[in-house]
Amino acid sequence: MATTPGLERTETSAPTPRSHHARLNRQQAGAGWLFVLPMVVVLGIFLFLPVVMAAWVSVADWTGRGAPWGSNVSFVGGTNYAQVLGGQGLAGRDFGTSIRNNLYYVILVVPLQTALSLTLAFLVNKRALKGKGFYRTAFYFPSVTSSVAITVLWLFLFSASGAINAFLGLFAITGPNWFQDPRGIIHLILGGGDGPAALQQPVLFGISTWEWLAGPSVAMCAFILMAIFTTSGTFMLLFLAALQAIGEETEEAAMVDGANAWQRFRYVPLPMLRPTVFTVLTLGTIGTWQVFDQIYTGTRGGPAKTTLTPAYLSYDAAFVSQDWGRGAAIAFVLFGIIVIFTIIQRLVLGTGGIDRTTRRELRSARLIAQASIQAKGGGDVQA
Amino acid sequence: MSRPDTARHAGERHGVGHASVYIVLTALALVYIFPFLIQVANSFKTDEEATNAGLALWSANWTTAAYKTLFANSDFGLWTMNSLIVTVLVTTGRVFFVSLAGYSLARLRFPGRQGVYLMLVAVMSVPGVVLLIPKFLVIKSLGIYDSYPGMILPLLVDAAGVFIMKNFFESIPVAVEEAARIDGAGTFRTFWSIVLPMSRPALMTIIILSFQGSWNELNHFIVSTQSPALTTLTKGVASLASGQLSAGNQFPIKLAAAALMTIPVAIIFFVFQKRIMNASGGAVKE
Repeated sequence: MATTPGLERTETSAPTPRSHHARLNRQQAGAGWLFVLPMVVVLGIFLFLPVVMAAWVSVADWTGRGAPWGSNVSFVGGTNYAQVLGGQGLAGRDFGTSIRNNLYYVILVVPLQTALSLTLAFLVNKRALKGKGFYRTAFYFPSVTSSVAITVLWLFLFSASGAINAFLGLFAITGPNWFQDPRGIIHLILGGGDGPAALQQPVLFGISTWEWLAGPSVAMCAFILMAIFTTSGTFMLLFLAALQAIGEETEEAAMVDGANAWQRFRYVPLPMLRPTVFTVLTLGTIGTWQVFDQIYTGTRGGPAKTTLTPAYLSYDAAFVSQDWGRGAAIAFVLFGIIVIFTIIQRLVLGTGGIDRTTRRELRSARLIAQASIQAKGGGDVQA
Repeated sequence: MSRPDTARHAGERHGVGHASVYIVLTALALVYIFPFLIQVANSFKTDEEATNAGLALWSANWTTAAYKTLFANSDFGLWTMNSLIVTVLVTTGRVFFVSLAGYSLARLRFPGRQGVYLMLVAVMSVPGVVLLIPKFLVIKSLGIYDSYPGMILPLLVDAAGVFIMKNFFESIPVAVEEAARIDGAGTFRTFWSIVLPMSRPALMTIIILSFQGSWNELNHFIVSTQSPALTTLTKGVASLASGQLSAGNQFPIKLAAAALMTIPVAIIFFVFQKRIMNASGGAVKE
C-alpha cells in the first residue's frame, strides 16, 4: 500500500475503514489535478505549444501574413537553417558576427562575475564584520533594478564626455567613446590594422580568422562591465547561502591551526563550495547567451554590428525584417548552443547530480537566484 | 611553547586583515553605489551640464526641468499605469497558481503527477529568449495580441516559483495537515486555512520575485503589444533611450525616467531587505 511520504501516511497510521480510504484517495487525485491545472494550462499554451509552432516556422517559409499553418505556407526543410549556418550572404555573416560577439561576452562575463561574487561573499560573510548589512545591500541593489534602467544609466556613464571618461581623465587617461567604438580590444592590443592577409579568408559562419580574433569591441566591453555589475550581487547571495550552510566553524578551526588566509580559502571552503560554483557557472552561461534587453535598449547591435547577439538577431530577423523562418531558426540554434555549453560544463566540472545531494536551503537559494535573474528582465535564466 | 606563539601570530594577522577588509569593502561599495548617485544627481541638471560634467554630484543650478519635460512630452504616466496594472494582476495570479501547483506536487498523490513534474522540469530548461517568436505566434493566433490578456496570461505561472513553493511545502511537517484531514477538512480547505497561513515567508518571496519580475519585464511586452496605449515603463523608457524625444542627447530626461521607474522595486527591496538578504529567502521552514 501507500508507503510514499505525504498524506498517505494517514492511511497507514490511522485505522480508518477501507471505503473511507478509497474516498480520500479519489478526493486527493481530483484535488491534485485541479491544483496543477492552471499551471499546466498556462505553461502548455504559452511555453509548450509555442515551441512546437516555432519549430514548424523554422522549417517553413511563413512571411508573417496570415496563420503560419495556412495553405500558402510550405515546408522548406533546412533552408532557413542553412541560410543561418552556411555563412553565405548577409544573413550568414550576421549570425557569425553575433556568435563571435556573444562568445567573447560569455567568456569574459562568466568567470569574472563568478570570481567577483565569490570574493564579495567571502568578504561579507565574516561574523565579526561591522556594517555587514550595508555592504550586502550596496552589492545587491543593482540586481533588483531593471536592465532597461541600468542600460540607460550605462549609456550616460560611458558616453564620450561621461562620468567614466571624466574619472579616467583624473589619471590623464583619454577614454574611448565607448558605445560608438567598434574596435575589438584584441585588435587594439595588436595595434590595429587589417591583419595579415593569411587570416582574411572566411573560416566559420562567414567570418575570417582575423575577425574571430578581434575580441569584444569597446562597446561590448561596456556591456560586459554592466553584466558583472548587475549580477554579482545575486550570485553573492547564493554563495553566502552556501557558506552559511558550510558554517564558519570549519574555517575557524583552520585558523587556529595557523593556516594563512589563502590556505584557509583554498583548502577549507572551496572544495565544499564546488556545487555552488557549478551552479553559478551554469546559470551564468545560460544567462549570458541570452543577452537581449540591453542590446534592444542600448545599441540595437551597433556600432558596426559589434554588439549584435544571436538573441537580438533572432528578434530583428523576425519582427523587423519579417524573415520569420530565419528568426525561428536562429532561436533554435541558440537553444542548441546553450544546451551544448551546459553539457560541456557538466563534463568538464563533473558535478552531475548535485541536486540530489545539496541541502534544501541551498536548493531554495538556487531557485531564488534563478528567479531573481529572471526578474531583472535580462532574459530568463533557467537551468 | 610554540602553541600560544602561533595563536598570537594568527591574531595579529587577523587584526591587519580586518582593516584591509574594511578598506576593500568600502571601496567596492562606493563603486556599486556611485552610479546610482550620479544617476539621481544628473537627472536634476541641465542637458549641457550633465553632458559636460557628468561625474559631479553637485550642481550650482539644480533644475527639475527634466522631470517636467518627461511628464509633459512623453506618456510616462500612462506607461506607469500599464506597468502597475500588469504587475498587480500578474503578482496576484502567480502567488495563487504557483502555491496551488507547488502544494499539489509536494503533497498530493494523483495519477500523472510524475508526468506533470517532468513537464515542469522540461519547461524550465527552455531558455526564455528562444520563446520570443513562439510566444508571439501563439498570442497572435489566440487573438489576444495587443491586449492586457496577452500581456498578463503568459506571465501568470513561472516554473521556478512552483519549485520554490514545492520546496517549502516539503519542509513543513505533515502532521498538522493530517490532523485537519482526519477532522474531515477537504483538500482545498486544508490548503487554504492551514497550510497557506504557515507559508507566509515563502509567499513573501514569491510576491517579491513576481513583483520585481513583472515590473522589470521587457521582452514579453515587445512581442505581445504594439499599440502606444499598452506601452509599459520598460518599453517606454527603452524607446526614450533610443532617442524618441530627439534633439540633443537629453541625458537628464532619460536618467529621470530610469530613476523613477526604479523607485517601486527599490521600495520593495528596502522594505523586505532582511528577507531578501537571507539568501534562502525564508523559503525553507526553519
